[in-house]
Amino acid sequence: MKKIPQYVALLAYMVFLAFPLVWLLSTALKTPQEMASLDPTWIPRSPTLANFSDAFSEQDLVGAGLRSLVVALASSALTVAVALPASYALARYQGALKRVALGWVLVSQVFPFILIIIPLFMVLRQLDLVNTLPGLVVVHVTFTLPFALWMLQGYVRSVPRELEEAASVDGATRLRAIVSVVAPLLAPGVVATLLFSFISSWNEFLFALVVLKDPDVMTLPLTLVRFTGPEGVSRLGPLAAASLMATIPSLIFFAIIQRRLRSGLMAGAVKG
Amino acid sequence: MRIKSALAAAAVVALAAGCGGSGGDSGSSGTPNEPVKLDFLSLAWQKESVAANKALVEEWNKANPNIQVTYVQGSWDNVNDQLVTSFEGGDAPDVIHDDSPALSGFASKGYLLDLTGKVPAELKADIPQAAWDTVTFDDGKGNQGVYGVPFLQESQVIIANKKLLDAAKVRIPTAGEPWTWDEFAEVSKKLTKGDTFGVAWPMKSPVNKTLNLALNFGGTFFQTGADGKTTVKVGAEEKEVLQRIHDQLYKDKTADTSALGMGTADPLPGFFADKYAMLPVGVYLRQQVAEQAPDGFEWVTLPPLKGTTTEQGAVSQTLSVAADSKHPEEAMKFMAFFLNGPNQAKLAKGDWLLPTSQKAAADPAITTEENGWDVATASAKSLVVAPFLKVNGFDEWKSKVATPVLQEFFANKITLDEAAKRLVEEGNEVLERYQR
Repeated sequence: MKKIPQYVALLAYMVFLAFPLVWLLSTALKTPQEMASLDPTWIPRSPTLANFSDAFSEQDLVGAGLRSLVVALASSALTVAVALPASYALARYQGALKRVALGWVLVSQVFPFILIIIPLFMVLRQLDLVNTLPGLVVVHVTFTLPFALWMLQGYVRSVPRELEEAASVDGATRLRAIVSVVAPLLAPGVVATLLFSFISSWNEFLFALVVLKDPDVMTLPLTLVRFTGPEGVSRLGPLAAASLMATIPSLIFFAIIQRRLRSGLMAGAVKG
Repeated sequence: MRIKSALAAAAVVALAAGCGGSGGDSGSSGTPNEPVKLDFLSLAWQKESVAANKALVEEWNKANPNIQVTYVQGSWDNVNDQLVTSFEGGDAPDVIHDDSPALSGFASKGYLLDLTGKVPAELKADIPQAAWDTVTFDDGKGNQGVYGVPFLQESQVIIANKKLLDAAKVRIPTAGEPWTWDEFAEVSKKLTKGDTFGVAWPMKSPVNKTLNLALNFGGTFFQTGADGKTTVKVGAEEKEVLQRIHDQLYKDKTADTSALGMGTADPLPGFFADKYAMLPVGVYLRQQVAEQAPDGFEWVTLPPLKGTTTEQGAVSQTLSVAADSKHPEEAMKFMAFFLNGPNQAKLAKGDWLLPTSQKAAADPAITTEENGWDVATASAKSLVVAPFLKVNGFDEWKSKVATPVLQEFFANKITLDEAAKRLVEEGNEVLERYQR
């Protein structure tokens, strides 16, 4: 009985979280006439798949989705690959360089993206990376990395040094200790960082808008915006249908790796 | 040491992965054996409009194997961020779709090609001078140039519920005999009954709408003195439309105050449910009405209101050529094809807007009575260059001064005199910075 208020609160929170998605689904299945009704309903009165067929026939949603998937997977993998050793160094080593690095990571978050977009574009152009997916991956990694570093650094700090020392006593080199002892314990942190990087890249619009110009390389956010016009007017039906489809890969990705998002791995690892 | 090596290796891997991909450059430079390639950034977004744009590009590409155009669909909300970056980076599309207010800034920075003397005579003659005036700007060095070809314009009309108009037995205005603002106020009173308001004024973005309508009474909101300096002016002419809308909201109570915060299309559900009898909106909203109206709902398009005149301020949608384009002549040839009379009619029909081409304006497709095309197309004759179009600093005045002030005024939080004072004083401070 004591848990009833908790369950009610949990249910309310779940409804709150699910509301936009359910409303999106409802809108995607409505006719234009029903969308303009003064008394909107959750369940469409005359459900239609026309919005889905319009969305898929007018825009290359599948191609754009695949490109977004490639960019998001590459960005998140590279972000973690770079952030993992860097965060270990930041967490474990002391000295002036660490302080400078941490300070610079923090400072880099202060600049608004719009401020650096033109210099960034010119750098990419010099590297012949404008209008390419690798160019967008580099940009996404660059902008996800600072926060990923902070996230992972926290996880590394929470791994007791004693575990590495115990491995050393057993004859493990530092690299072996990191690979065999520390890395497995960082799995939840790595998964959280992967998720963060993936979703950031999957949803990113402004850099993609600037970096990509050829229709054959455009990602999903750039494709979705084509259903909107000036002054907030948009084609709600196809937009809702396309947006709904765009959320599915994120949900699948989350469903696959969320099992690794568990805590308590280190409970009792160190006595006292 | 190993950690440092690992860090360095990770950075190199990331960079190498990024550099590894080959460029997908659309290659607007072509060799003598290859066709010239042009990028065309289009902002068409309505289904019919996108289809019309794509069909025209396809037709061109088929007929001109040596000049191939790539259709790139952009978005109105972000186009200027996208363009500024690509202009600065020297990688702008060859042919650019935008609107005339944006051209002013781009022209003064040298981003766009001056088309003076480059527009084919037939196209030049087909578009009235009033429309060319909307794309004629200073190049930042004191020279006037033409920085785009204007092809679509928007007028403010009234979309009304026919059943309610018939029931109120009001005179249906025509292009030759439009309603005056006084008559409009009287009709609004007759239509306001029970839960029905005569009119809804969606004023989420009030500036362009009120400034364009202010010309009905000669209100220009800006004046340029003998010293060449432009200042804000809010006198009797400018106050007229503001006061009349305010009266409908709070004196006559024929306009619903709850619609004030709405965007242009937001009152449509209320319109279809007989909550609002009339909507003063841009002609393009007819598309949404035609698409979303419930079965059996009858609506009509009514001509622009008349003050001392029916004049309204207009801006144009435009096609321009980037100054850095490697193929400006080919770009101009494509634009001349794309914007000829018959093609402008297709584009106007697709976007539910008014063509600048006089040949297109006579096309039966956009003079039919269906969906109010006859009234909408006839309203083009009321359009004159919006006075704010050539005011340096207008965008900042609009976002920082005029929008909040007009929103407060229409919300009845400040008086018209207070609004006028702030529009002028705060506005002049903004404009001053642009004229030093």
